[in-house]
Amino acid sequence: MIGVNFWERLQRLDRRVIFILIAAVVAIPLIWPPRPKLQISPPTQKVFDYIEKLPPGSVVALCFDYGPSSAPELDPMAYAILRQCLTKGVKVIVMTLDITGKQMKSHALNRVVAQLEQEGVKPVAGDDYLDLPYQPGYTAVVLGMGEDVHKVFPIGTAGGKTQPIGTWPLMDRVHTMRDLSLVVDLASSNTPTMWVLYGASRFGVKVAAGVTAVMVMDYYPFLQSKQLVGLLGGMKGAAEYEQLLKKPGLGMSGMGGQKWGHLVIIAFVVVGNIGYFASRRAARRAAGAAEVG
Amino acid sequence: MRRTLPLTITFLAGLVMFAQFFVPHKLSQDALTYMTDWMRIIGAFALVLGIGSLIQRHTGRIRQRHPDAAFSAVALLCFLGMVVLGIGWKTEEGSPFDWGFTYVFMPLDATMFSVLAFFMASAAYRTFRARTPEATLLLVASLALMFGRIPLQRALDPHLAGVAEWIMTWPATAAKRGILLGVALGSMAMSLRLLLGIERSHLGTGKE
Repeated sequence: MIGVNFWERLQRLDRRVIFILIAAVVAIPLIWPPRPKLQISPPTQKVFDYIEKLPPGSVVALCFDYGPSSAPELDPMAYAILRQCLTKGVKVIVMTLDITGKQMKSHALNRVVAQLEQEGVKPVAGDDYLDLPYQPGYTAVVLGMGEDVHKVFPIGTAGGKTQPIGTWPLMDRVHTMRDLSLVVDLASSNTPTMWVLYGASRFGVKVAAGVTAVMVMDYYPFLQSKQLVGLLGGMKGAAEYEQLLKKPGLGMSGMGGQKWGHLVIIAFVVVGNIGYFASRRAARRAAGAAEVG
Repeated sequence: MRRTLPLTITFLAGLVMFAQFFVPHKLSQDALTYMTDWMRIIGAFALVLGIGSLIQRHTGRIRQRHPDAAFSAVALLCFLGMVVLGIGWKTEEGSPFDWGFTYVFMPLDATMFSVLAFFMASAAYRTFRARTPEATLLLVASLALMFGRIPLQRALDPHLAGVAEWIMTWPATAAKRGILLGVALGSMAMSLRLLLGIERSHLGTGKE
């Protein structure tokens, strides 16, 4: 018979057991990644459809407002969106409002361009894509872009060359923020709010966001009010986007770890609650028996 | 004077930016451009101030032989090292700065963040209990959301994802919108207090 001690022991389970289980269930699917079929959420579908409908030659700004800590969730989104744009002739400007995003954007752009070149797609540096430098003061940068993008970013980098911004052919199409067909902000902080407040409301640019899973709820009100075109949420959002693009990548690989990680946490929560109620009941019975005695 | 001048500048700058928002004249747009340039310059100075503060704090700790002085020395060395690498060899991909970012900073930052998953699992096991009706509601909603964010079984997924999406779109968004409205009203009240000179904590506690 299961006694009080069992439930009490269960309540005081050594945290190392939990740590080992979590490590195992997250690591194993990363080594043998599954390829699950995901249910596409409407906010992800909206971002994909919006970019899909853009005519070739449109310009999308992809803003990398995150650092390495959020890279597992946001890097796959960046790769997928860059790939989608560059393969369908939509031009891309990469930029950042966060200092740690400086290296993230260059790495992502160079990686996707190299992959596309291997596949035979040859995006032209400075005409199809451009890397803009980091500038401090994110509100001022967004407001400044609404007035004159060339003034905010005096130089740009593409194909390993850094030149004055006006010398890049892509920038003939972009003078103010209104010339951008879409801004996609991939963020681990509140910068999408900044883009909505100053970019969308003030200058009328369309804004979409890709955020970490814990931040998703912060942006649903903007989605409902149509101030955001769409929203990618966490690793699932990235994996859904890869599925829509029919190009499974890091997001899809991470879903195995996320799935088993969630299931183990759910199991722990359920077991913890069973233990809690069982020990409470056993304690009550013991108290009742003591009273009778 | 030390208080009156900053308060006057705050009031005038706030008034100009407030009026500018509603006036679509060229003069008004030029004022925005001018003020935006100023904001960027001030932003750059804030970065310099931040660096100054970092150096001051850590050199102070080392000088005072604080128990954590070794950590301060490592922080300063890493900071100065990255500055030298960045200025000396630029920051492009393949540069020594980029190497430091990719092979030192990235793994360290990612590791720090990953550790959270373990603590969250442990904390969820120990504290997530259906002790009250409110806690039970939170527990059920969070479990539904967790199930909705993972692929389980093809026949089951649309229903689980649908429940998760419904929770996010309706009850959670309604609550979040209420919070946002409260925050916005609070920000407006605080802005007015700053512009009218009622709120003065940002000026410090120095004598007049």
